[in-house]
Amino acid sequence: MYSEKVMDHFANPRNVGELENANGIGQVGNPKCGDVMKIYMYIKDGVIQDVRFKTYGCGAAIATSSISTELVKGKTIEEALDISNRAVTEALDGLPREKLHCSVLAEEGIRSAIADYYRRQGIDPEPIMGCALNCAECH
Amino acid sequence: MSRFVYADNAATTRLSETALSAMLPWLQEGFGNPSSVYRLGRAARRALDEARETVAAAIGAKPDEIFFTGSGTEADNWAIRGVAEILGQKGRHIITTAIEHHAVDHTVKDLEKHGFDVTYLPVDEYGHISLDDLRATIRSDTILITVMFANNEIGTIYPIREIGAIARENGILFHTDAVQAVGHIPVDVTAMEIDLMSLSAHKFRGPKGIGALYVRKGVRLPSFITGGAQERGKRSGTENVAGICGMAAALEESVQTLAASSAKIEALRDKLIAGLLQIPRTQLTGDPVNRLPGSASFVFECVEGEAMILLLDAAGIAASSGSACSSGSLDPSHVLLAIGLPHEIAHGSVRLSLGEENTEADVDYILETLPNIVEKLRAMSPLWEEA
Repeated sequence: MYSEKVMDHFANPRNVGELENANGIGQVGNPKCGDVMKIYMYIKDGVIQDVRFKTYGCGAAIATSSISTELVKGKTIEEALDISNRAVTEALDGLPREKLHCSVLAEEGIRSAIADYYRRQGIDPEPIMGCALNCAECH
Repeated sequence: MSRFVYADNAATTRLSETALSAMLPWLQEGFGNPSSVYRLGRAARRALDEARETVAAAIGAKPDEIFFTGSGTEADNWAIRGVAEILGQKGRHIITTAIEHHAVDHTVKDLEKHGFDVTYLPVDEYGHISLDDLRATIRSDTILITVMFANNEIGTIYPIREIGAIARENGILFHTDAVQAVGHIPVDVTAMEIDLMSLSAHKFRGPKGIGALYVRKGVRLPSFITGGAQERGKRSGTENVAGICGMAAALEESVQTLAASSAKIEALRDKLIAGLLQIPRTQLTGDPVNRLPGSASFVFECVEGEAMILLLDAAGIAASSGSACSSGSLDPSHVLLAIGLPHEIAHGSVRLSLGEENTEADVDYILETLPNIVEKLRAMSPLWEEA
């Protein structure tokens, strides 16, 4: 049911852990729904220099978290904000239908870390990003 | 990975050699239709009759009380829908529990759409219903009590004899889904005052695609499938002769060896439970004492079930989970929620179910492997960090 790429990212997740010098930290999802993603970014000169994540969730949740850290690393904030849940899914060679919500979690995770970065810079993220944060409902 | 440990015997079991040998003749030279009058047909008919006697003897029934079906699910559907059809004029109330298998649960829910009133008895932390609740729930229009013999997810065994007595005293039909019980713990339909009971062959090392419904003599049930009048006109369709013979052989063997094999399996199960409960923030689900011999079911906090199952699989261990992500739904299993586990804990369930082929080396391997998997996933879980 999972592609080889999903299984690879699940079994050998990239960029797992925390980032001491993180200046943008986002957390999305809800333990009640069975998935929570926490993402740490270090952003400098408008570029995501480094990124780490921790995820509680199923194989797809961990794999989408892992691939999304690879997708944003080295990207500008604007490029990172352009990463859609679809791009995350495609990068994993697809996800089973019932797991597509996991890719939404990853997209929201990226946005939530960037929103946190803006706030720490004293910038209101809403005019730039629109609604950045996750809904409390299960996807 | 060369090592393979099958620990999902509650999902299905490996066909036994005895069952396979009993099946082969009827797939090869003995291919006749049991309804045919010539020799080839008569041989198949005799095999069918003998298999029916064997199955009946194994559960304390008479041969003409056994009807073969295509699965345990079919037997559940037939029993429940059949009683609703026959007695629907007399009453519209059905009593069941909150922790039934979907084969029962979805069937009574479907009947609710057709004007039946269903009471779902709540359960305690071990998955037990209260017999006082059951007595208090009975109404003058109650036509059926359906309570599973043993739970597939948490292993809890129900007091079927007591429930049977309550149903009988009140003149209400009693059905039990005994799919997880038959062949694993003693079952006697007569002593336990059971009116209808569902069985499935592949849970006791018989083949898939064959089950049976026990219907106590005197209980009226409509035909479930109409056609060529097989199964005394109640369930038409040319009989699955090989499947039926495999089922009978597997059941006979399971029942004959039950005492010795269940003692052996229980010892392995207890070692597995004791070992896994060493993992911090881990709970056994289901009744710790009165549970199926092979069933070891747990919840591990801050990790998700499907992730554990996939990593177990990568290590060569087959197990299952009641988490939402393993079922394709958004909610974890209704059984785990009914025993009072919060959603976030129910997502972390793993069920290991042992069978007679499992060895102590298998248990040791699981005990070497699963704690590391839980630790690995907890190390990357933001919930564990907060905990």
